[in-house]
Amino acid sequence: MAEIIGKIVRINGPVVQIRCDKSIKMLDMVEIGEEKLVGEVVRLKENIAHAQVYEDTTSLKAGDPVYSDHMPLSLELGPGLIGNIFDGIQRPLEMIKKQEGDFISRGLHVQALDRDKKWHFVPLKKTGDRVNAGSIIGEVQESSLIKHKIMVPPNLSSGILNSIADEGDYTVDDIIAELDIDGQIQPLRMFHKWAVRKPRPYKQKIPADKPLITGQRVIDTLFPVAKGGCVAVPGGFGTGKTVVQHQLAKWSDADVVVFVGCGERGNEMTDVLANFTKLIDPRTGKLLLERTVFVANTSNMPVAAREASIYTGITIAEYFRDMGYDVALMADSTSRWAEALRELSGRMEEIPLEEGFPAYLPVRLAEFYERAGKVVTPGEQNGSITVIASVSPPGGDFSEPVTSHTKRFIRCFWALDRDLAYSRHYPAISWIDSYSEYVDDVKLWWDVHIDGKWPEYRYAILDLLQKEQRLQQIVKLIGADVLPNTQKLILETCSLFKNAFLQQSAFDEVDTYCSPKKQFLMFKAIIMFHRKSEELIKEGFEIVEIRENPVYHNLVRMKTRYKEDNLEQLEKFVNSIEEQLQQLKK
Amino acid sequence: MNMNKLRQYTGLEEIVGQLFVIRNIHNAGYNEIVEITEENGNIRIGLTLEVGEGYAVVQVLGGTSGMSLKNCRVRFKGKPLEFGVSLDMLGRIFDGLGNPIDGLPAPVAEETMNVNGMAINPSARDYPENIIETGISAIDVMNTLVRGQKLPFFSGSGLPHDLVAAQIVRQARAEGEGFCVVFAGMGVKYDTARFFIKSFEETGVLDNVIMFLSLADSPSLSRLMTPRFALTAAEFLAFKKDMHVLVVLTDMSNYCEALRELSTMRGEIPARKGYPGYLYSDLASIYERAGRIKNKKGSITQIPILTMPNDDITHPIPDLTGYITEGQIVIDRELHAKGIYPPISVLPSLSRLMKDNIGLNKTRDDHPALASQLFASYAKTKDIQAIASIVGEEELSSLDHLYLNFGQVFETKFVNQGYNERRTLEESLEKGWDIISILPEEELVRISEEQIKKHYREKR
Ligand SMILES: Nc1ncnc2c1ncn2[C@@H]1O[C@H](COP(=O)(O)OP(=O)(O)OP(=O)(O)O)[C@@H](O)[C@H]1O
Ligand SMILES: [Mg+2]
Repeated sequence: MAEIIGKIVRINGPVVQIRCDKSIKMLDMVEIGEEKLVGEVVRLKENIAHAQVYEDTTSLKAGDPVYSDHMPLSLELGPGLIGNIFDGIQRPLEMIKKQEGDFISRGLHVQALDRDKKWHFVPLKKTGDRVNAGSIIGEVQESSLIKHKIMVPPNLSSGILNSIADEGDYTVDDIIAELDIDGQIQPLRMFHKWAVRKPRPYKQKIPADKPLITGQRVIDTLFPVAKGGCVAVPGGFGTGKTVVQHQLAKWSDADVVVFVGCGERGNEMTDVLANFTKLIDPRTGKLLLERTVFVANTSNMPVAAREASIYTGITIAEYFRDMGYDVALMADSTSRWAEALRELSGRMEEIPLEEGFPAYLPVRLAEFYERAGKVVTPGEQNGSITVIASVSPPGGDFSEPVTSHTKRFIRCFWALDRDLAYSRHYPAISWIDSYSEYVDDVKLWWDVHIDGKWPEYRYAILDLLQKEQRLQQIVKLIGADVLPNTQKLILETCSLFKNAFLQQSAFDEVDTYCSPKKQFLMFKAIIMFHRKSEELIKEGFEIVEIRENPVYHNLVRMKTRYKEDNLEQLEKFVNSIEEQLQQLKK
Repeated sequence: MNMNKLRQYTGLEEIVGQLFVIRNIHNAGYNEIVEITEENGNIRIGLTLEVGEGYAVVQVLGGTSGMSLKNCRVRFKGKPLEFGVSLDMLGRIFDGLGNPIDGLPAPVAEETMNVNGMAINPSARDYPENIIETGISAIDVMNTLVRGQKLPFFSGSGLPHDLVAAQIVRQARAEGEGFCVVFAGMGVKYDTARFFIKSFEETGVLDNVIMFLSLADSPSLSRLMTPRFALTAAEFLAFKKDMHVLVVLTDMSNYCEALRELSTMRGEIPARKGYPGYLYSDLASIYERAGRIKNKKGSITQIPILTMPNDDITHPIPDLTGYITEGQIVIDRELHAKGIYPPISVLPSLSRLMKDNIGLNKTRDDHPALASQLFASYAKTKDIQAIASIVGEEELSSLDHLYLNFGQVFETKFVNQGYNERRTLEESLEKGWDIISILPEEELVRISEEQIKKHYREKR
């Protein structure tokens, strides 16, 4: 039970200093003042504790009491997460709206998971079974897409099931099993608590080997990410980070998506929420909401809760990973999290390093990205967390601390380019500055499921794009006219590739998602075009002649002309390219 | 027991800039109002910036000039800064702290609201829809303004951003019933305030305008409160009185400078260019007070205006603003010098809410593709211009020449329009087709074949 542990001695924005009469630990949760605002102890010096407060501290006074039950900031993990939207410390926003109205007030104490709702529990173990930490003892069909596995909390020791509930409807508070751990009886419910800052354990990490298919051509084909990988998406304001994140939340082939809006716009959360209650997942035919959890701590919500929201998101992701799911975590934007750290650090008068950021920034980043990956879970499942983190560098300058430190912990980098965004070439992912180190990991998947030629084509195109970059420098100096035809062809192919392949509007009904099969065919079409044209040019044909060929016009419009349900047509076209171009010779 | 009496003190320990420190006090709440009474009865308002055992740091919004350590009585009011709001505010002019300055008595408050506002619960928000037809092609076609959006102007000193803002207010009036304007001037010159008053008068909206003016000669810290008073009034009108409120905030750069000044006075460690690390959160606490709420009729649309120091879009003020707002309209010096009005540079401009609010059943089915094509082609024009400036126009291909021509006509016929010219969206779209048709059909790869067939102007 919460007891008074001391009194406020100083208030400086979201940081409150407490003189403690009772002992208190780092990361203990505290409740501050008569309204019991939620806070967390982040620094201890003699008998003075510094707490960061997750709510507006207006009107707090020196001398106000501070309470604590000496527990760390924890989440409630159990049925009721899917389709829900929480704030940075897992308060359910819908519930808060029902209770408090349209604006968020302070001192709210609302439980994360609905205590009244009944879930249909199906036991998968029986009395007398020996179970371990992380063992799955039952399941609940939480949404049409997600079977929520009920697990023994990973911090318990193994034991014998003394009892387990029959199939039936229970609330999360009902005891559904009793575990006998060496004579000690431990009641189990459908949910358990877990400290947000403590990574959930796993047996071992295993190498990633499948791509996260996103349906975005520039990503899947050129800069793929593996399930269990980490990507950073840096870019100045308005370059398309959020749209990329939304696209992946919509179309990627993860089992569960956790979307963290960290210090960004309120309307963007409204946008995803509204969309997800309408959009159908193409793979399953079910509503996208049925696999998504939202954490929203928008820019006008308290800054300390912004700092916590990232941990809340990844802990929820780990929980679903432990059930054996492939989870994708979108964090938009990790810069706001780093800046929240900076603000809190400043309020505590810590000595800053570069641009005011605390010295522990890289450590915190590393710890966060370390929680991604593909693992064998304590319950012997294979699960993964893919982290897709947007980074918002000041002035769009990638040399700033958050971007440069982040780069050390990720293996895939989708650099958004301001000039591409200005010309509305979306996704504005730069083909020059981006990279993926997952290509080798996912090669086999492409070979088995699509075509073994993928790596070869990929290198061929990247090579052309590099060459084009250099040629453009020359063109800027002396014009394009003087270039030999073979080099002009490179410019032509690259321009075609950018317009016909890389550019993909998120808001085009047909083109918003492109299957790997279609991607490969389109990719191949352009390679075929280039190879055949090269041959023709060597034989003395002019580029204009090639451009006038119907093949060219078909290529330009292939992304919308061939829909997912008539890919045979596209295949036919791709196979006819050589021959059609050959016609020129007649 | 009279609490107020208990909380009244005399004697300050230290005055630094517009802050003071007072000791031997108790019961001061954080971020609450402080009333400072001088010997001559003059009253100033302050806010507690930091409170601790027996002391408080107070920021004096009215400025500290003339204050001495001994001559004032300090009273802690035990509540945050509040504003008494009512419909009678319409047509009135207030200073930056909500006191009337038009010679009339303060309106009788219907309700008292905390000026800091509260965050709208994300799940209570309703996504902005319904475009506001501003009558300006570069905005309506290329960067559509949506009701409930926050769309700032990124401008520079000496550029006609005020004219454009006034034109939007005038022409957006077609919004009809329940439309009103809240204007907050922070650190602006009297002339600017006068210009807006006159323009509102001529438009006949003055009775539907509330102005908050913290002019250039008023203490800088009072600017920090001005947008908060304005937005409190706006929230009252939008969410309690069902009105569509257009909020103009100018000049946000002055606001940010005041914040920097305060931060420096407190000796805080700055993040970039001397601005405090919390500038982003602070600006968000202003800009996020826009939008719509489910089951409420009203809306708040914000047009913050800021001048970019040295026209630098990467400066922290435009940069952090752009990271919070739903796009930006960039006012360009080069276009202005060419005599183009409104000098809106469309490429770096953006309306993020446009995507969901244009197209079939919303504006016109060809709108999205046409806009996208105009962007792409105009961007290409810029590249060709860059090449032409080095290798000379003679070296360019005939296609390149078409692009140059297109770019020229786009600027002079499409972007350029009269200060009093109100183009319907239909007219602007048709103009767009006239101009894009300068380019050969094959170049228009962002537009579908059907739409080309329907709208492309065949050359005779
Ligand atoms: N793939 C895309 N297809 C079509 N339009 C896009 C795409 N990506 C971005 N856009 C356009 O660019 C705008 C800005 O994108 P977005 O909001 O994702 O930027 P951002 O990088 O998240 O900016 P900020 O850092 O300010 O949040 C969108 O509103 C949309 O109009
Ligand atoms: Mg964004």
